Amino acid sequence: MRGKFPVFPMGILALLASTAARADILGAATSGQFGFQPTNSVVADHIVQFHNYYMIPVTVGISVLVFALLIYVVFRFNERANPTPSKRTHNVTIEIVWTVVPALVLVVIAFPSFRLLREQLIVPAPDLVLKATASQWQWHYDYPKDVGGVHFDSMPKDDSELDLAKGDLRLLTVDNAAVVPLGKVVEVDVTSTDVIHSFAVPSLGVRLDAIPGRLSQTWFKAEQEGVFYGQCSNICGINHAFMPIEIRVVSEAAYSAWLVDAKKKFASVGGVELAASPLVP
Amino acid sequence: MASVSGFVASEIDPHAGHAPPRGLRRYLFSTNHKDIGTLYLCFAIFAGVIGSLLSIAIRAELMSPGMHVFPLISQIMSGDNSDGAAKNMYNVFFSAHALVMIFFMVMPAMMGGFGNWFVPLMIGAPDMAFPRLNNLSFWLLVASFTLMMTSMFVEGSPGMNGFAGGWVLYPPFSSTAGTPGPAADFIILSMHIAGASSIVGAINFIATIFNMRAPGMTWFRLPLFVWSVLVTAFLLLLALPVLAGALTMLLTDRNFHTSFFDPAGGGDPLLFQHLFWFFGHPEVYILILPGFGMISQVVSTFSRKPVFGYMGMVLATLTITALGFVVWAHHMFITGIPLGEQEFFVLTTMAIAVPTGVKVFSWIATMWGGSIAMRAPMLWAIGFIFVFTVGGVTGVVLANASLDRELHDTYYVVAHFHYTMSLGAVFSIFAGFYYWFPKITGYMYDERLAKIHFWLTFAGINIVFLPQHFLGFAGMPRRQVDYADAYTLWNFVSSIGAFIAGFGTLVFLYMLYEAFAAKRVAAANPWGEGATTLEWTVSSPPPFHQFETPPAVRFDGGGAPIVEGGH
Repeated sequence: MRGKFPVFPMGILALLASTAARADILGAATSGQFGFQPTNSVVADHIVQFHNYYMIPVTVGISVLVFALLIYVVFRFNERANPTPSKRTHNVTIEIVWTVVPALVLVVIAFPSFRLLREQLIVPAPDLVLKATASQWQWHYDYPKDVGGVHFDSMPKDDSELDLAKGDLRLLTVDNAAVVPLGKVVEVDVTSTDVIHSFAVPSLGVRLDAIPGRLSQTWFKAEQEGVFYGQCSNICGINHAFMPIEIRVVSEAAYSAWLVDAKKKFASVGGVELAASPLVP
Repeated sequence: MASVSGFVASEIDPHAGHAPPRGLRRYLFSTNHKDIGTLYLCFAIFAGVIGSLLSIAIRAELMSPGMHVFPLISQIMSGDNSDGAAKNMYNVFFSAHALVMIFFMVMPAMMGGFGNWFVPLMIGAPDMAFPRLNNLSFWLLVASFTLMMTSMFVEGSPGMNGFAGGWVLYPPFSSTAGTPGPAADFIILSMHIAGASSIVGAINFIATIFNMRAPGMTWFRLPLFVWSVLVTAFLLLLALPVLAGALTMLLTDRNFHTSFFDPAGGGDPLLFQHLFWFFGHPEVYILILPGFGMISQVVSTFSRKPVFGYMGMVLATLTITALGFVVWAHHMFITGIPLGEQEFFVLTTMAIAVPTGVKVFSWIATMWGGSIAMRAPMLWAIGFIFVFTVGGVTGVVLANASLDRELHDTYYVVAHFHYTMSLGAVFSIFAGFYYWFPKITGYMYDERLAKIHFWLTFAGINIVFLPQHFLGFAGMPRRQVDYADAYTLWNFVSSIGAFIAGFGTLVFLYMLYEAFAAKRVAAANPWGEGATTLEWTVSSPPPFHQFETPPAVRFDGGGAPIVEGGH
């Protein structure tokens, strides 16, 4: 977790868990972890901070409060301890308090929530527009024409193709990952050719349904080089669990080199012109 | 629960000349609200066992990575143990699990079972307003359930059996693009019939509660359970026709070449989602509001205190009902709907936390200062308050579209709605079940078995769903037959919990058997002075007909109502 502050309390617990097998895999779950995956975009950082600094105190606090009250009344007011019940059935003051105080708590939550929501949905001017098209059951990536119009399918490696020694992860590692440059605003345009799928990469703070007939936008700006995994997040048929997303964040130089290789490897035929202006949702 | 014998024949019993029908005739053709309630409860237990078996199969599969269980299940159910058939059967199982539990377990138990049994008794009415419609409601549900089960054995996706797209039936997966076979049509028709059943039932409850309250049973003297059934009936009446419309459009898309939801013909898959959730969100309040009512009765009875803040409780229920109709798109935060729309639905959804909080605090305040008897129903009710609070606060997390972006369609959501439904709604059903079991059957259940049942279920289900929050944070998507190896530990723990809770269900079934075998006769009011509603003024079990002349109900001094006259 790459927040500015020491992260409470999930990060501490996560330290107890083991880490991923390969050093450059930053965006994947680790065994037995309690909290979020390590984050690698401003939006993802803010999601985790908002959750851990605002929502954890609220959720854990209210749960503990109610639990404690229940335990207290069960012991203090059971029929042996308190044989004669009181007849009190109203108290206007306390009823107003327990209506107004939760409402104020919600108002306090709403401000950072809406700030983060705007950050997520208002797509900044992109440096790269990557189109991700889902179909049963693979992802297809299109790069803009001005960088060569590379496009290719991305399929999970079969168990037999996995190179576990190199750190490949079962159900996550793909044959052709989408490669993006570090520190650039990447707009992802998501659609589908058949049923509804969903493009999700938790460590980048990105999740967006791929719906036939619609082209939807989301974005991320990676803060660190590495490999970041996601999976289809909408039930789409028998291989729903078998259409992972692998994003490789590399330096700008490595990205340019990859584009040259990819043009040869995928023998691009023109590519698709993509609108660079974001349709602000 | 068939034995409702030894009813008290009143002197003016219109059946004095002849006995009530017996055996099959009594139950198949019944127009008696108590018999129909009993049928609903038996049906709900049956469907609940089937739904539980489906979930145990799911948890068995997810106990370790890879596929182990469903090739065998698929072999048994469709004669095909190939990888594709096994994956498909897993998807069919979780889809059917949801539909069975929602439409054939929770709804029949709460509205059909307890609503039928106790709304007329609590308001001093002889029966429901439309007894024959009541019979229709029940038997439509049986037909609906039959269609639902049939769909698991007919072709859905090409070459495979059953509908595999989840209970939300999103097109295009549910249209011919994803499910060309008739399995989806069976589900659609099943939902149509279940909807008709519920609408008929809702009309019946509304007519009964509006018109058949005994003299003195004014609106703000109604027991909270009756209030909750009334508002639930309005939710059903307003929400289900929208589902019926969406399902009809889906049906014509599938069979008559319309394209309401097909973008190739100018339609929109999101239109279905809007219509579905306009029904689907009120539906989750349909599943929990009667439970709120039951918890209020149980907490008040065993604390020997009237409900704290009765008017606040009624207003909170009405507020939840009204807000419940304007929150639906919080299920669609990641579909790409615009910013302004997301902001609106964030606000309305968070607002629901306020009246819900009022209810939780009022239950605790009812217990505060009370003289609490920790009988089994109270144990379930206290368990309910805790687990529902946990499910409620995670709902506030998900209400924030900005956080839903990270958690949508992960196991965090699975944990959230199971805390409100699988723990919340189910705990309230068991609280109501043990509370009214002596009234319904005339026999006392075994307190020790009931408490063992509670603790096994409470421990088991918390072990199932607490770790799923962690899986959700870690990003594990829901509805996956196989998962990345990092998710193994918590899935294993979760599955162990499912087996514990499953064992709890066996204890429940044994408890039923034991109660009917031991025949400990229950008094008219086994709970003492805390039980102040009218059902405790008649014998256990109640006579075949009650209150044929309406009782006069007086509320002097705030305690138990004084019931005069009435047969």
